[in-house]
Amino acid sequence: MSQHDHDAHSHGSVSSYVVGFVLSVILTVIPFWAVMTSAFDRATLFAIIVVTAVVQIVVHLKYFLHLNFTKEGKIDTLSFIFTAIVIVMVVALSVWIIYESVLMMMY
Amino acid sequence: MGTHAAAHHDAHHEEHHDTGRMTTLGFWIYLMTDCILFASFFATYAVLFMNTAGGVSGKDIFDLNLIAGGTAALLLSSITFGFAMISAYKKNKGGTLFWLFITFLFGLAFIGIELYEFNHLIHAGNGPSASAFLTAFFSLVGLHGLHVTAGLLWITVLFIDVAKRGLQDRTVTRLGCLSLFWHFLDVIWICVFSFVYLMGAM
Repeated sequence: MSQHDHDAHSHGSVSSYVVGFVLSVILTVIPFWAVMTSAFDRATLFAIIVVTAVVQIVVHLKYFLHLNFTKEGKIDTLSFIFTAIVIVMVVALSVWIIYESVLMMMY
Repeated sequence: MGTHAAAHHDAHHEEHHDTGRMTTLGFWIYLMTDCILFASFFATYAVLFMNTAGGVSGKDIFDLNLIAGGTAALLLSSITFGFAMISAYKKNKGGTLFWLFITFLFGLAFIGIELYEFNHLIHAGNGPSASAFLTAFFSLVGLHGLHVTAGLLWITVLFIDVAKRGLQDRTVTRLGCLSLFWHFLDVIWICVFSFVYLMGAM
């Protein structure tokens, strides 16, 4: 029984996949709907897209990639968090540097 | 003697389990480096997307209905792959093969939609060499498409593996790695449709 619980926890079950899938569908439909109806101003649209994307990534990591903080799964989660920090530095700092330099060249 | 054999068997089993776990962890670390590759492509796109050289911008060329179709195909393939994994852990060979095949079809539909889009763009004169924006766009979306194509090849190989040799521990470990790869590509696609297509079209 404990073996079964362990498996269900680390590999997911039908219900956890279905929950992840339903959440993903909702979090995909919201930004597509918001952009396609163009009923919002740019700042609101931007916020909707970013928030739903971040939440959906977390849903995928939890329900499909099974990241967790158990003793066995912790190292995967930690390596992902490390990578996420590297990515923030690569993307955010590149964008920051280039946009600043563009502004400096224009004025 | 019997105890010895049992102990030996246990040790062997333990070792095997650990090997599978280490393989999965190693593959996960590869995926993390792949993540950084994608991040640099995203950074390049973020820097270049306004440089349209007087040509088309995202708003002119992105067809959100098409992208919604591709996204649906990829999302469905994610849950069907999940069902393939559940069948594999239950040693249900027929179920695994069935869900792998369905996953393959959804992946193929996604690639078909992407190729249609690229073909359409290139024929309209908006190929990757037309502007820095289009170069960055084709590189980023194409890189994801190449990964999905590699995933389709891998599904084919493992389909044959399962069909011929059944669900041995080693094969299940391989399926586990492919499952990580496939779901990881879905996470990348969330970033692509959000930051490239939706923000480009708004």
